[in-house]
Amino acid sequence: MEAVGLSRARWRRLVVVFLAVLLSLLTVSALAAAPAHADDVNTDKYDYVFSGNVKFNDKPLAGVQLQVSGNGYNVKVKTDEKGQWAVGVPKKKAYTITLNEKTLPKGVIVAKGAASVKAEFGFTDNKSVNFFLGKGERQVVSFTDQLIGRTMSGLNFGLMLALASIGLSLIYGTTGLANFAHAEFVTFGAVMAYTLGITLAFPLWLAFVIAVVLSGLLGGALDIALWKPLRKRGLSIVQLMIVSIGLSLGLRYVFQYFYGGGTFQLPDSGSANVPMLGAIGLSPTDLTSMAISIVVLIAVAYWLLRTRTGKATRAISDNPALAAASGIDVDRVIRLLWILGAALAGLSGILWAYFRPGIKWDMGWQLLLLIFAAVVLGGLGTAFGALVGSIVVGLLVEVSTLWLPSDLKYVAPLAILVVVLLFRPQGILGRKERIG
Amino acid sequence: MDWGFILSNTATWLIAPETIAYEIATVGLAVHFGYGGLLNFGQAGFMALGAYGYAISILTFNLPWWVGILVGMGAAVIFAFILGLPTLRLRADYLAIVTIAAAEVVRLLFQSTVWDSVTGSANGLGGYHEGFDAANPIPPGTYGFGPFVFNATDWWTRIFGIAILIVALVVVWLLMRSPWGRVVKGVREDEDAVRSLGKNVFAIKMQVLVLGGVLGSLGGVVLALPSAVVPGVYLPSLTFFLWTILLLGGAATIMGPVLGSLTFWLIMAFLSLVLPAMASAGLLPFMTTVQAGIVRFVIVGIALMLIVVFRPQGFLGNKKELTFNAR
Repeated sequence: MEAVGLSRARWRRLVVVFLAVLLSLLTVSALAAAPAHADDVNTDKYDYVFSGNVKFNDKPLAGVQLQVSGNGYNVKVKTDEKGQWAVGVPKKKAYTITLNEKTLPKGVIVAKGAASVKAEFGFTDNKSVNFFLGKGERQVVSFTDQLIGRTMSGLNFGLMLALASIGLSLIYGTTGLANFAHAEFVTFGAVMAYTLGITLAFPLWLAFVIAVVLSGLLGGALDIALWKPLRKRGLSIVQLMIVSIGLSLGLRYVFQYFYGGGTFQLPDSGSANVPMLGAIGLSPTDLTSMAISIVVLIAVAYWLLRTRTGKATRAISDNPALAAASGIDVDRVIRLLWILGAALAGLSGILWAYFRPGIKWDMGWQLLLLIFAAVVLGGLGTAFGALVGSIVVGLLVEVSTLWLPSDLKYVAPLAILVVVLLFRPQGILGRKERIG
Repeated sequence: MDWGFILSNTATWLIAPETIAYEIATVGLAVHFGYGGLLNFGQAGFMALGAYGYAISILTFNLPWWVGILVGMGAAVIFAFILGLPTLRLRADYLAIVTIAAAEVVRLLFQSTVWDSVTGSANGLGGYHEGFDAANPIPPGTYGFGPFVFNATDWWTRIFGIAILIVALVVVWLLMRSPWGRVVKGVREDEDAVRSLGKNVFAIKMQVLVLGGVLGSLGGVVLALPSAVVPGVYLPSLTFFLWTILLLGGAATIMGPVLGSLTFWLIMAFLSLVLPAMASAGLLPFMTTVQAGIVRFVIVGIALMLIVVFRPQGFLGNKKELTFNAR
């Protein structure tokens, strides 16, 4: 008995130490995370300022070159990572502003004849100039090539989604909790990577490893401090779910508190594409991301199928009472799942930061419904179902943009989710008894 | 700090259109969850349909404003059917995930640029007030006392909203003490028992979903009346705020949503004024005024967790009428 009491006290001390480390990390980032400023040229030199925001599908485009010329004045400016630019001009007169189409990312074009705009000031000394960007290819890409490109991108997204989904599904399978706060692990992994890698200037690989470990620790700490006591209190599944919603809401605004409402970039997030298979290109970041996802997913599969703890996990998913009766320490396995699930979600957060691209306080939340769609599609509570569901959702999101406007790309998987529940409520790999 | 300003400004939230709209929408949620035991996490979708139904019928189809309200309610009925058919046979947590997903689909469709000329995409819709203002029986001028001084239009919006709220409360109260209401509560407590008495449980649940959804759409209309319809309002967070309000007041109660919404908005308004004021007065070191404005949302999250764990019946609820343990 004494040993148990001791270890519980030690656990608690560990949680306190962990939370202290966390708070100091968050504070460091709050001090250093200055908002990104637009790339300004001559704005302090002259009173009259043209400015704008180059965005495509609500994603800011960085590094796009613009030229402002007229009245014997000629400057060039590049957009910053928020897609913003500003140029000061000496006279309150008309200038020609030209967007250099070659600096736009692949697949984005300016509407025909709209790359050059004549801009004039109104009553104020500021004038915002915007360009209409559209989806399109400067060089014609055949439909098959586009399909292959989208499919690769969808696979990449799906594998990343699988990392986030497996934890949610395993925790659901063992405890019955549909954890709405799971998305906050995704955000947590990304913001920790930013704080360690950029603010504290650790080597990136080390920052990513520590961020993943910290995410796992956060998962474990939450289990010790919150979920286990609540399970012992005998709260129902629905109550636990609403608690997780409150936690998700609270954590999201904690992130906003420390990191503000802006978007931050990790280095190399806009790297050039390596040509593969004709016109298809994937950037080195995409390839690395896919490789990491595949290796980690194989490791998790091996763990689930071959190791004792993995087998115990599946036993608990099947029947918790029977598993406990046959000598499995259910609480220990559940703690391990929280750590593992949160670490995987944190890793997927780092990959998501590259895929989006950008780190934002609610980035995980944007993924949550897709995670749920993936998990329900595959079958709630099954790890391999989560993998299959994630890849289906990833492909749906990316491939649907061939036909759907890209601001509707998240609609497809959510609509499919509703339809699948109509015909096969247990999901692709689930069994009928789970839906009760 | 100007306490007089802070307190009088907070007091105006007692009858703010937002407060009233949240009250009405939460009455709908009380029908869903408190009485019917349905875990609807898509109330924001119903509200969006009400608001857009109202605005689009006026702007695009030039219908009278009261027809716009009916269109919003009709849209909610259709949405309830679409939502209910696949999901009402499923377990509670599935229903939660599907409703939240469906509400997001609704928001994304309204936000999409595809139907920009009708929905106004991300900018939303405005300028549909003419008909409603023309129906205002109050002569122009400023009325009121203390902090509650508004012009005729503002009073008309508030009075109309409160009228809808009172009608909603009376209807729900009458329905829930009727034989139908007893069957609804029976479904919440034990579906199989009700089924064994020969009742069609699926049909009852569908009626509950429609009734609560229509109340949600009316909440959306009242939210849209004074200002504009913007898709960014109808986020899942809105639904979570409604849930906080519902659980705060008491899920299976008539006045719970009203009390919950008043408490929620008074506290939110108070904190939104006090915390930045304290931060700029230097009373909260390590906190900028922007950060001070964010803290209240963290408090809402923590409050939701604490209520569910320690007082799941809320202010007014009866612990025997808790629906959490169903299924």
